[in-house]
Parts: sequence; structure tokens; C-alpha cells
Amino acid sequence: MIVHDWPKLTIAVAAGKGGTGKTLLSTSLALVLHAAYPGRVQLLDCDVEEPNAHLLMRPVLQAEVPVTVPVPEVNLEVCTRCGACAHACQYSAIAVIRQAVLTFPNICSGCGACAYVCPVGAIAETPRPVGVTMSGTTPEGIDFHTGRLNVGEAKSTPVTKAVKRLAREDLISVLDAPPGTACPMQETVAEADYCLLVTEPTPFGLSDLRAAVETCRAVSVPCGIVINRHGSGYSGVEEYCAAENLPVLALIPQDRKVAEAYSRGEPYLAHDPTYQRVLLDVAENILTNYRNERGE
Amino acid sequence: MKVAVAASGDNLDAQTDPRFGRCPYFLVVDTDTMSFEAVQNSAAIQGSGAGIAAVQLVADTGADAVIAANVGPNAFTALSAGGLKVYGFAGGTVREAVSALLAGQLEETAAANVPSHHGMAAAQAAGTSPAARAQLQDLQKQLDKLPKRQD
Repeated sequence: MIVHDWPKLTIAVAAGKGGTGKTLLSTSLALVLHAAYPGRVQLLDCDVEEPNAHLLMRPVLQAEVPVTVPVPEVNLEVCTRCGACAHACQYSAIAVIRQAVLTFPNICSGCGACAYVCPVGAIAETPRPVGVTMSGTTPEGIDFHTGRLNVGEAKSTPVTKAVKRLAREDLISVLDAPPGTACPMQETVAEADYCLLVTEPTPFGLSDLRAAVETCRAVSVPCGIVINRHGSGYSGVEEYCAAENLPVLALIPQDRKVAEAYSRGEPYLAHDPTYQRVLLDVAENILTNYRNERGE
Repeated sequence: MKVAVAASGDNLDAQTDPRFGRCPYFLVVDTDTMSFEAVQNSAAIQGSGAGIAAVQLVADTGADAVIAANVGPNAFTALSAGGLKVYGFAGGTVREAVSALLAGQLEETAAANVPSHHGMAAAQAAGTSPAARAQLQDLQKQLDKLPKRQD
């Protein structure tokens, strides 16, 4: 079925566990959607700590654009040492110890609370570079955005945010999320219309899937499951999905061809007619869910 | 003088805790009278910056020095900036630590002696401290009060 009137959905592809197939699925989904709806799809690699979607998509990237975080700079002449800034900071990135005022830019999230609460206006914010974003187009014509956190930086969310800001609002967005369920993953998933959770049929896969499902529920993003490398004989993931009423949108079998192609940097799922069909069905399911949720 | 001792409990006979930033209590002891105040370390479960928050807490009690075996880089920077001295002490009770300090047996720590987040794994291994549990419950309550996302 070809749907002509695709809404401008944002689909995040995430997983609690690393190495389950997020990037394979997100790149393949973007390619399949693009083939069905040319020029309507963009792919965002939100895993700025280890971006890798470009290896499969091979976009021509334009120049890097720096991402900065505003960090406090305290005017000690004006500062009264009242400590309001230190009290406001959730990360203890600014401290007032007796007469000393200290800032720790490497743990500052750039929220601006310190400057906001300062009663005497002693705090100015100066930009500190933490990473870069890059944009380009893939050979197929898919808009592609990615980012890279600078080595040694602790917080990746500002760079992920910057990547998300590059998205065009009139396109379907596929977001490749970072692994895990902590801030970087939440930043990617939280405002999505739908989250595809990729897992593998192992106890480890199930354990991390549980955490990812709970995270999606906490941020009220509907999610569906894709079980990759299906066929190990372990049924715990499917039992969990049935018990939790989670839709299993696709079972991708353990398939040596997929792995071999991936090792050459080729998203096999997008090139094989059977898998293309599976991915289009996944997309259709997401769309149906989206329409049902909105009562359309 | 007033010295803040990183401790695992709220009295002078409690064991000292080797972690500065993530100890459950600071016992702020007046060395002249041995009177003391037990301050819960609210920084103990903070993700990043626990050491700095702990320095803030200790400095605000009016302590002039701290006793702790392990002090991380950010905490040490903040302690030095505030003019607080750091003395190393391992094993034993808070009372023993203070006695050792008064007897001149403790060495002043000249630099951070553990890397960032060193106390974190130890905190997880040792189980959650009472302060951490209380803070967790409080956060849970705050979470429950938040409105669910609309749309």
C-alpha cells in the first residue's frame, strides 16, 4: 500500500541495548521510505558520541558547524558571594566557597539558571564549543544531518539538540538514537511521534528492552518493537511484548547476508525486496497507530 | 577549630567514610569541646559534581578543615579555593580521626588523590545511603506530581 498523504512524522529508532541494529534499521527505513516517497524523508543521526549512520548512507557533507554551550562568567567586582547561583545549579557547576567563586565549565549543562537567579547581574554567559553538526545529501537524495561531540566532553545532549534543530519541518524524520536509556537517548526520543525499539532475542536484549519501554512510557511516546536476529530459540522477548501489550512490528531473522552486507557498510534490508516489504509494513503500522492516536 | 569528617554514621563512634563527595554524613566537630553536628550529605547521589556540592555544604557549616581519605579533583580545587585544609585518614571512627588530627598524626593532603567519579562505584557497591534513599523518595514524589504529557 502506498500512502500518498504521509504526515510529517518523526520516528525515532532506539534500543536499550547497543548493537541490536538501530542504525541498520533507521538507515534502511529511511531508504525504503524515500524510495516510496521520494524527497519526503530526512535522516538524523542523533548518536553524536558515536555517529555511524553516515558510513551506511555515504552523504556528501558540507562544512562542520560548531555547537556551543553557554557557560557562566562571573564578574567578581559585582558579585556579592550570596551563593544563589550555586544553589540554583543542579550540577554544581558553579560554587561559592567563602569568598571564592568557582565555575566548572566541563560539567555545566548551559541551562542559564545561575545567570537568571543572580540578583546583581554579575553572571554573563559565554559560548564554549562542545561539538559540531554536519549536513548533506545522500546519493539517493535523502537529507542527512549528523553531529559529533568533542572528545572528552561529558554531556552530549546539546549536540543532539543542535542536530534535531537542523531538521526540516515538512519532511518525515527518521532519528537514529544513541544506545541506552539515559539523557542522550531521551533527548532523541522525547519529542518523537513514535519510537521503534530494536531488540535481540536474548535475556540481555529483554532486560534492556524493558528499560527502553519504560522510558518511552515515561515520556509518553508510543513504541513498537522490532526483534532483530530472530530465531535464537529464546522466546522471552515475545512473551514480554505479549504481556505488556506491545506491538511486535517486525521479526528480522538471523541472516548472514544482512551481517555480511553491513560489514561492507551496506544497509541490506533496504536492498532486498522481502525486507523492503517488511519495512514498509512497519512504516504503515506506525502511520496507522499515529492516526488512531489522533482519532483520524 | 571546626573540622568536617566524612563519616558513615551520625555520631562520633561511627566509622569514617573514605569518600569525601559521596559519604552519607559529615560530622562537623569542634575540636576544642568535641561537640559536634551531623550533617547529611545531600550531594551523595548527585550524578556529577557531588564533590563540589559537598564542599559547598561543608564550607557553609563553617568548617576550617576536612578529614577524608579520598578527595577528587573538582572537590580538591573547591576546597583549596575556599581555604579549607584536607587531612587524610583511613579506617577507624570519627573520634579516632579527630584525636589523630589533634595529636598531629594526620598529613595534609596536597592534591586530589582519586580521579573524578571515583566514589560513585563505591556508593553503588555499598548500597544506597539513608540520605540517598530519602532524596530518591523525595524525587519520586516530585515526579508523581508532574502532569503527564498531554497530546
